[in-house]
Amino acid sequence: MEFLSYLISGISLGSVYAIIALGYTMVYGIAKMLNFAHGDVIMVGGYLSYYAMFSFGLPWFVALPASMIVCACIGMLIERLAYKPLRQAPSLAVLITAIGVSYFLQNSALLIFGANPKTYSNPFQSVNPDGSINAGISLFGGQLTITYVSIVTIISCIIIMLALNFFTSKTKMGKAMRACSEDKGAAQLMGINVNRTISITFAIGSALAAVAGVLLCSSYTLIQPTTGSMPGIRAFTAAVFGGIGSIPGAFLGGLLIGIIESLAKAYISTQLSNSIVFAVLIIVLLVRPAGLLGKYVPEKV
Amino acid sequence: MGEILRVDNMNVYYGAIHAVKGISFNVNEGEIVTLIGANGAGKSTTLQTVSGLLKSTTGDIRFMGESLMHVPAHKIVEKGLAQVPEGRRIFLQMTVQENLEMGAFVRGNEGIEESLENVFEQFPRLKERRTQIGGTLSGGEQQMLAMGRALMSNPKLLMLDEPSMGLAPILVEQIFDIIKELHKRGTTILLVEQNAQMALSVADRAYVLETGRITLSGTGAELAASDEVRKAYLGG
Ligand SMILES: Nc1ncnc2c1ncn2[C@@H]1O[C@H](COP(=O)(O)OP(=O)(O)OP(=O)(O)O)[C@@H](O)[C@H]1O
Ligand SMILES: [Mg+2]
Repeated sequence: MEFLSYLISGISLGSVYAIIALGYTMVYGIAKMLNFAHGDVIMVGGYLSYYAMFSFGLPWFVALPASMIVCACIGMLIERLAYKPLRQAPSLAVLITAIGVSYFLQNSALLIFGANPKTYSNPFQSVNPDGSINAGISLFGGQLTITYVSIVTIISCIIIMLALNFFTSKTKMGKAMRACSEDKGAAQLMGINVNRTISITFAIGSALAAVAGVLLCSSYTLIQPTTGSMPGIRAFTAAVFGGIGSIPGAFLGGLLIGIIESLAKAYISTQLSNSIVFAVLIIVLLVRPAGLLGKYVPEKV
Repeated sequence: MGEILRVDNMNVYYGAIHAVKGISFNVNEGEIVTLIGANGAGKSTTLQTVSGLLKSTTGDIRFMGESLMHVPAHKIVEKGLAQVPEGRRIFLQMTVQENLEMGAFVRGNEGIEESLENVFEQFPRLKERRTQIGGTLSGGEQQMLAMGRALMSNPKLLMLDEPSMGLAPILVEQIFDIIKELHKRGTTILLVEQNAQMALSVADRAYVLETGRITLSGTGAELAASDEVRKAYLGG
């Protein structure tokens, strides 16, 4: 029963990583760049939803889409202002710019929201008539509790997976996105507006980061300017683990990293959990340099 | 016969490399015009510039009377100008059908089925392989897919960059038969080739490009008979 509970929290954590990893992987697939500022967009989404829910009193189902829309715009703006001028620049310059954008977002948050963590009260729970908090479903006579946040997280991940799968395989825009990620010149010869496609990719990735922000903050019940950093790095690891550029890879990588992290914390050591995650990553990359589902394409960097 | 494409004084640079040096040529409606020349002469650069992927620093490019100098590449296709690029450049991870759909990206959904049927009639092999991934097609099939994909946009002018490259002689024949067939059905064609003999045999008019300059022009038959062309491109 204990194992099951760790497994479920691992799946839930992994679902958040998967949602974040998608942003890394989609942007990498199309713009061939690592957007290190992606993790900080999670934090921005967290703060936006925080103010929407706790200052304006909006319910989560309004605050969430609102944060998604604002984050999508911020993502497009970042791409337009910081990355687009560097389209032809060496990848190292783009990488350093992305790190710069990441610091810019964190420090802006520090300036605007302050360094102190704020309490983000979990919107996915209810208060019982007797005043106690009902945060989840109790199973097996109370031996196993699955929180509503976990349930919402896992369901969100499944919905996003199905929606993206539909988008990339069935819609014209989604197929155009795949065409751009393969060959931008050829895509332009088809009449595809590559700049717009890249912009839309950033919008989708950033909107997903907002979802991740709400889910993460709801389960940790805290938000601060560095909230996005660690999950961002984990999710980036997940994207590489699954094969960067591959959408199913991001899901698989996210889930596996979440489960490994959760089980390592429970059964081995909390301090070592990071090392264990990275050790598994290194072993996988030694065997499959392109990640679990990635295709190996030798690349000049 | 109206003029469909007119290039005036095109100059293209890659950094310090001056790849196309002030060339001018035109294509009239219903013609097959060919641009022949050796490796590095600037043929692909010329086509890419017409398609808007590269920019000419001087002169003008007019398509159906309208200047393309400031039109972005993705808008040029919409105007009826399609290119089959050098090396085919099909989308290797997409299916045959999806590649063809991308060819029709600028069109609404109307008439797409009909265009697909037309392409499949022209290239029955593609129909059999509709659901196959592009990267698993043979070289000849990939060339057919690249041509079919370009045709999906219903172009008024089709530009082909070395469609015979890397194909066995029998397939080269087949590709040229298809070019003739497309021409017969009314598509205007600008053909870039190193296979001068084949190209001149189908072309109404031809230009010879040498290190970025047009050095000769005339009807296909004239050039095929000219001493210079015979020496340089037809093996004596
Ligand atoms: N991306 C590039 N960067 C720098 N120089 C280039 C680039 N592309 C082409 N060139 C140069 O421009 C000149 C013309 O090249 P282009 O590809 O247009 O020739 P081509 O006639 O198509 O040759 P081929 O028959 O081999 O395809 C060549 O000298 C080539 O080296
Ligand atoms: Mg060429």
